[in-house]
Amino acid sequence: MNLSTDYLGLKLRTPFVIGASPFCESTAVARQLQDGGAGALVMRSLFEEQIDAESRALVHHLETPADSNPEALSYFPQFSEYLLSPERYLGQIADLKRALTIPVIASLNGTRPGGWTDYARRFEQAGADAIELNLYQLVTDAATTADSVESEMVETVRQVVRSVQVPVAVKISPFHTSPAQFVTALEGAGAKGVVLFNRFYQPDFNIEEMVVSPQLALSDRSELLLRLRWLAIISPQMRGSLAATGGVHTTTDVVKALLAGAHTVQLVSVLLRHGPRFLTTLVNGLQDWLREHEYQSLDQLRGAMSHRRCPDPAAFERANYIRILQSWRV
Amino acid sequence: MSSHSIPQSRYITCDANEAVASVAYRLNELIAIYPITPSSAMAESCDEWMAQGVKNLWGQIPRVVQLQSEGGVAGAVHGGLLGGALTTTFTASQGLLLMIPNLYKIAGELLPFTCHVSARALAAQGLSIFGDHQDVMACRATGVTLLCSNSGQEAHDLALIAHTASYRARVPFIHFFDGFRTSHEVSKLALLSDDDLRAVIDETDIAAFRGRAMTPDRPTLRGTAQNPDVYFQGREAVNPFYARLPQIVQETMDRFARVTGRAYHLFDYYGHPEADRVLIAMGSSIETIGETVAWANARGEKTGVIAVRLFLPFHLPAFLAALPKTVQSIGVLDRTKEPGAIGEPLYLNVLGALAEGRHPLAGSPRVVGGRYGLGSKEFTPGMVRAVLANLAAACPRNHFTIGITDDVSGTSLPWDLEFDLEAADVRRCVFVGLGADGTVGANKNSIKIIGEQTENFAQGYFVYDSKKSGSMTTSHLRFGPRPVRAPYLIRHADFVACSQFSFVGRTDVLGFAAPGATVLVNSPYDAAATWQKLPREWQETLIAKQLKLYVIDATQVAQASGMGRRTNTVLQTCFFALSGVLPKDEAIKQIKKAIAKTYGRKGEQVVKMNYAAVDAALAALHEVAIPATPAATAIVSVPPSFGHAPEFVQKVTARLLANEGDLMPVSAMPLDGCWPTGTARFEKRNIALEIPVWDASICIQCNKCALVCPHAAIRPKFYANAELAGAPEGFQSTAFRAKEFPDHRYTLQVAPEDCTGCSICVQVCPAKDKSNPRHKAIDMVAQEPRLESERANWDFFMKLPDPDRARLDASTVKGTQFMVPLIEFSGACAGCGETPYLKLLTQLVGDRLIIANATGCSSIYGGNLPTTPYCSNRDGRGPTWANSLFEDNAEFGYGLHLAAEQRSRTARELLQRLASELPEALVTGLLAGGKGDEAAVAAQRERVKALKSVLVGSTHLDAARLLTLADELVTKSVWIIGGDGWAYDIGFGGLDHVLASGANVKVLVLDTEVYSNTGGQSSKATPLSAVAKFAAGGKGTAKKDLGLMAMQYGHVYVARIAFGAKDSQTVTALREAEAHDGPALVIAYSHCIAHGFPLHLGLEQQKLAVDSGYWPLFRYDPKLAAAGEVALKLDSAPPKIDLARFTANETRFGILQNVAPDRAAELAGQAQAYVRRHYSLYQQLAAPVAPPPAPASAPASDNRSSSAAS
Repeated sequence: MNLSTDYLGLKLRTPFVIGASPFCESTAVARQLQDGGAGALVMRSLFEEQIDAESRALVHHLETPADSNPEALSYFPQFSEYLLSPERYLGQIADLKRALTIPVIASLNGTRPGGWTDYARRFEQAGADAIELNLYQLVTDAATTADSVESEMVETVRQVVRSVQVPVAVKISPFHTSPAQFVTALEGAGAKGVVLFNRFYQPDFNIEEMVVSPQLALSDRSELLLRLRWLAIISPQMRGSLAATGGVHTTTDVVKALLAGAHTVQLVSVLLRHGPRFLTTLVNGLQDWLREHEYQSLDQLRGAMSHRRCPDPAAFERANYIRILQSWRV
Repeated sequence: MSSHSIPQSRYITCDANEAVASVAYRLNELIAIYPITPSSAMAESCDEWMAQGVKNLWGQIPRVVQLQSEGGVAGAVHGGLLGGALTTTFTASQGLLLMIPNLYKIAGELLPFTCHVSARALAAQGLSIFGDHQDVMACRATGVTLLCSNSGQEAHDLALIAHTASYRARVPFIHFFDGFRTSHEVSKLALLSDDDLRAVIDETDIAAFRGRAMTPDRPTLRGTAQNPDVYFQGREAVNPFYARLPQIVQETMDRFARVTGRAYHLFDYYGHPEADRVLIAMGSSIETIGETVAWANARGEKTGVIAVRLFLPFHLPAFLAALPKTVQSIGVLDRTKEPGAIGEPLYLNVLGALAEGRHPLAGSPRVVGGRYGLGSKEFTPGMVRAVLANLAAACPRNHFTIGITDDVSGTSLPWDLEFDLEAADVRRCVFVGLGADGTVGANKNSIKIIGEQTENFAQGYFVYDSKKSGSMTTSHLRFGPRPVRAPYLIRHADFVACSQFSFVGRTDVLGFAAPGATVLVNSPYDAAATWQKLPREWQETLIAKQLKLYVIDATQVAQASGMGRRTNTVLQTCFFALSGVLPKDEAIKQIKKAIAKTYGRKGEQVVKMNYAAVDAALAALHEVAIPATPAATAIVSVPPSFGHAPEFVQKVTARLLANEGDLMPVSAMPLDGCWPTGTARFEKRNIALEIPVWDASICIQCNKCALVCPHAAIRPKFYANAELAGAPEGFQSTAFRAKEFPDHRYTLQVAPEDCTGCSICVQVCPAKDKSNPRHKAIDMVAQEPRLESERANWDFFMKLPDPDRARLDASTVKGTQFMVPLIEFSGACAGCGETPYLKLLTQLVGDRLIIANATGCSSIYGGNLPTTPYCSNRDGRGPTWANSLFEDNAEFGYGLHLAAEQRSRTARELLQRLASELPEALVTGLLAGGKGDEAAVAAQRERVKALKSVLVGSTHLDAARLLTLADELVTKSVWIIGGDGWAYDIGFGGLDHVLASGANVKVLVLDTEVYSNTGGQSSKATPLSAVAKFAAGGKGTAKKDLGLMAMQYGHVYVARIAFGAKDSQTVTALREAEAHDGPALVIAYSHCIAHGFPLHLGLEQQKLAVDSGYWPLFRYDPKLAAAGEVALKLDSAPPKIDLARFTANETRFGILQNVAPDRAAELAGQAQAYVRRHYSLYQQLAAPVAPPPAPASAPASDNRSSSAAS
C-alpha cells in the first residue's frame, strides 16, 4: 500500500511525522524512527527565549562574580569557543541530515517579530527541509487586542517566510476566534501549511504550598476531537498542508485525522508512552485499515469527512452543540 | 628595564601571569599544578589551553595535572623530571614552602626545570596574599637558582631564559616576580613567538636531558642512603655546575638579545656613570627606583641602581663589574624580613661580595640595608628619595624600613607623602567601582583597546577591598607613548570615575583627582540635582581643585539596554569620550570591536545589548555646571562614630575602616597577631539596596529566616511585655506563640546596615498572606527609606534581654534561633551557603567553642581585617578562633584539643587535691559536671562561680592555680573547620590521622565542591561532570566520599547535611556530633558563588541536590552500632527526580554543554548512573542487618543470648 503524502510540498513516504520532541536529539533514535516508517521528523523547538536568555545567563553567571576579589578574579575556566543552544541546534540539524533520508523539519518557537526569526534562515543553511514555526503566545495584558496579537503573528510568519526558500508550516493554538480566517491569513503570509494544534501545558495549583505548579502531561485521545473538528472545517478552505497534532494514539485516530483533511499526523505522546517501536504498529495498522476498507491511496481518504464532504456538516457546527445538550435527561 | 625596540614583535596586553604561562606552556610536556594566590592564574591558563588542545613547541598538548598540594606537585615534578619529561609548575608563598623538601632533591640530582613564582608574603603573625620576597628567600639553601623579573615584559622574557639556561646548566630555577604588583599588572608587552622560543632554546640540551630519563632499559639507582664516608663529597660534587651557571645564564641572555633585541644581564646598572650613591634591589621596585634615580640625576645628583636578576648563584665578578667605581654609599633594599639576622639576604650578599671581592675602589663604600614593600606595601618615588637621602647622610641609618612608621624600633625613614613623579605625557585614570558592576572588566578591556589599537603603552592595576563580595574596586590605569614604569598606585589622576553614587560621601573618590581633572559619576539624578545631592566636602573639593564633573545615569542606560546593573560598557564609552585617548568615533568602533570579540561566541543578544548601551551612553552624559561656591543646602557628611566602641576599635579598627591603615604605626599593631573579636558590628557596610521587612500579622515565628541568613542580619527574640517600654516608634512586635511564655512578645528584626540584601530569608519564609500569597511574612523593600527607623529598631532590639538558653529547645530550628549567634556581619558573599552552618554552631556551643580554621573562604570572611565577625555573648564568652595554615588544620585543631584537655585535666587534679578544703557537694558536682545540655552547662558554670568565690580566700598555692583554671571545668568544644580543598585534598592526611586518633574533636567540612577562595578550582570533592578550573573539560571522576571513608573506622560520628533541604536534620547532626564522645565529621553542603547560579535560590538547589540523590543526607552514629543497631540512618528519601533537574540550574554543570556537548552528555549520563548506584550503596549500609545464623548445634537458649549480645 502506498502511504505517501504531500506535506508542505515535500514528498513524504508516510503521513507519520514525528512531532517536536526529544526524539530528534539522538540520531540513533531518529534513524530507528525512520526505519519504523516515519515520513518526516520535527525537531524539538528552539525557543525565542532560549536564543536570548541563554547567552545572557551565561555571561551573567560568568561575569557578575568576576573581578570582585583579589584571590578569585573569576570562578570558571575561560573558553575560547562556546556552543550555545542555537549553535548546538544547528549542529543537530546537520547531524540528522547526515543520518536520515527523510525530511528534517526544524522548529522555532516564538511570539513577536524580532531578531530570533533570523534563525529560520540559519536552519535552512544547516540543511533543514522545512521550518515549523510555533506561535505560542499567552497574552496577559488587558490592553492587548486579539487583532493586534494575530497581526503580529502574521507579520512574524511573513518575516520568516521571506527569509527562507524552504517551506514554512505554522503551529497554532486552538484559541483563535476565527481559526479558519486566521489560517487563511497565514497562508496569505506565505505559510505552506498549518499544524493543528499546539498543546498548552496548563499550570496547576499546589494548595498546601500556595504555589503554581507547572504540569507536563502527555496527550490523550480525547484531545483529538478538537483537532478533528477544525481540520474538518479548515481543510476544504485551505490550499496548503495540514497536520494533526495532539491526541493521535491509535490507528483509528490516524484514520480520523486523515479523514478530517490532515496530510500528516504528528506523533509524540504515543511514542513517548510506548516507545519508538510503536510507530511500526501504527504504520501497519493504517495499511491494514486502508486495505480492509479498500482504499487505494491516502488522497482518496483525505478529507472524506471534512466539513464540505461529510454527510452531516451540522455536526461540526453550533447545531450539534444544541442537539447534544438537549439529549441529556436527568 | 630592557630595550623595547623590536619592530617585528607582536604586542599583546596581558598580565605577567599570562605572559609567563604562555612561555612555560609552550616549553613543557608536563605541568603539575595546585592553586595558590597569586600564582593560580598561570596554572588556570595552562589547564584551559590543554582543554582547548593548544600545542607546545614540539606539537604536543602538554599534560596538565592537578595534585593534592604543592608538596604533591613537587613530588610529581621530581618524578616527571627523573622520567625525562619537560616539567614545570607555578606557585607562591606557603605553596613554595611545601616544595622545599623536593627542591633539595631536585637540585641534588641536577634535574633542570623552572618553577615560576609570583612571589608572596608568608603567613606569620597573620596571612597575607600580597607580594614580597619572603617565599623565594626561604628557598636559598635548597640549591635552586633564583632569577628575578622586574616587570611583565621581563617576566615573559626571563621565563624563556630560565627554562633554556636550566637545561644547559642542569640546575633547577625559581623564576620569580612580584606577586600582584607584577603578576596581576596588565601591561603592553612584546610577545615571544614560537620562532623566538625555538631560536633561544637549545634542542641539544633538551635531548641530553631526555637521554638521562630513568628507564629499565638503562637501569640506574637514585636516592641512596649515604654514610659519613661519602655524603659530604657527594654534596660537593655539584659545585662545578653552580660555578658555570652564571655564565650560562648570561650566554642565554645574550642569545635572547640577539633574537629579540631585548638585552638583560645578571646585574644591570642604570643611572649616572659616576654615581656616588647606588641602590641595589630586585623586582618591580627597580622601575620605581630607576625613574626616581633618573629624576634625581636630571637635577644634578649622581645616583644609580643595580637591578639584580640572578640573585643565586650571586656572581661576584658580574656584580662588581656592574657597580660604578665612584660609588661611596650603597643602599640595599630587601623585600623580605629575616628576624634576628644580621641583615636581609640581598644586603648580606652585597656585603659578602664586597668583602670577598676585595673591592678595588679607593676606600670601601658604605653599605646599608633596609626593608620595604612587605605584603605589597606601596613603594613610591617619595620612598626612593628618602632612601637616597639616607645614603647622603653623614651617618646613614642601617637596617632601616621604608614605607611604614616604626615607632617601636625606630627603624623607619621618613618620606615625603606628597612627592609624585608622574611623567607629563602619561595619562592617569582612576575608576572606583563595585565588584559586581563590571568596572574592572571594562578597564581591562580599555587597556587592551589602547594597548593593542594605538601606539600607546598601557598599564592597569586593580585594588580590591577585603570582602568576598560587595567589594569596592579601584582601577589604576596609565597610558603613554613609552613603556609605563610606575609600579605604584596613582595618587593624582587626570580622570576619575565613580560607578556607584552610594560611594559619594563615603569614599574619598575625589582624593584621587589632580587639579583640573575630569570626574565622571554614575548618578541617578540629572546634572543640577546631582550637584544638590553632593555632600559639601565634595562640592568644596570640586571647586577648589577646579575639577570638571560629568554625570550619567549609567544604571538606567544599562537597564534600558538589557544589561541590568552592569554599567561597565556605558561608563567605558563615557571614559573614552571624555578622556580623548582616542577620537570619539574611533573609540566607539574599537569598543564595539572588543565587545564583539568578547561576547561574539557567547551569543548575539549580549553583543547587541552592549552595542545598545554604547550607543545610548553619550546621549545620557551631561556636564555639571560647577558654581563658585557650594550650595547653601549641601549636606555635610557625618563620619561614622565609634564613640560607643571598645578602645581598640576606636584606635585601630576605625582607622583601618577609614582607609588609614597605611598610616598606622608599628606600635598600634598587636604584637603577636592576636586581634580582638566582635569588631564587625562596628563596620556598617550599607551595601543592601533592599532589605527584608517583617509583617508580624502573617509570621508564624518559625525562625527559618534567621537560620538561613548568612550574615546574622535578621534575628528573632522574645521578651516580657514590659521590655517594650521605651521602644522606638514603629518598633514591631507581636504576641509570642508559646504556651510556656505567656505575656511575652516576639520580634523579628533586621540589621539594615549589615544585611547584604541577598533575600535568601524571603525565599525560605513559609508564611504567606492567605489572600495574596505573593506577600510573605518578610518581603524585600528598598533599604534607604527604612534605614533610619530600622537602625533605631535594631539598636533597641539588641538591648532587649536575650532569652534564657536553658529554657530554649535546642533540638529545634526555632529554639536554636533564639540563641545569640556568635558570628555576625562577616565579609562572606551575599547568600553564602557556608556561614549559616557556622552561625548555627556558634548558637549551639559558641560560648565554649575553640575553632581551628583551615585557610580558605571561611578563614577569609572569618578573619580578614579590618574587622572580625566572631563575637562574644553578654557574658563575654564566645568562639576563640585561629587559622594556622591550609594543610595542617586537622593537626592544629588536634593540638588545641590536647591543650584544652590538658588544662581541664590539671583543673580536675587540682580540684581533687583541694577537695578536703572545699564543700564536698561542690567538688562532687564539679567533677561530675561540665558537659551535657544547656542546663548542665549552666549548672556547672554556677558551681565554678561558687568554687572561685571559695578559692579567692584561700592562700593555698594550688588554689591560686586552680583559680586561673576553674573555667576549664566547663568542657570546651574544639571544632576543626575548613573547606573541601582542605579536607579532601591538602589536609586529608592529617584529617584522617586525627579522626583515627579517637580524639574528641569535631570536624565541620564546608563543602562547596571546589576551592572557592582561590576562584573555583577543582578538588576531589568536585562532582563527576562538573566544570571547574583545573577541570575545564569537566571532571571525569566521581566525588570522593569522605563520609564513607570516615565511617569505616567505626568510632567516628559522621553526618552529611544540607540546611536548605532539611534544616532539622542539620540541627540534629550538629548536636549529635557535639555530644558524641569521640571524633565527629560533619560534611555540609554549601552552595557557592562558584556554582554559577543566583545564590538567593541556594535553598532550592539544596533541595534538588537531596531530592535527586546527589547529596544523600545521613547520620552515622557509632553509639548505635555499639547497641547492636544499624549505625547509619539515611535522612533523605531515594532519588525522586532526575539529576538533571538539579544540575540544569548551575553553570558549573551546564557550561560543558556549551563547550563540549558530546562530553557533557556522556558525563551527565555517568553522573546520573553514579548517583543511583551511590544511593543504593547507602541504602544497603542503612538496611537492618539480620543476626548471624546460629550454630546448628547450639541450644535454643544459647541462641537467644548470642543474638542479644551480637
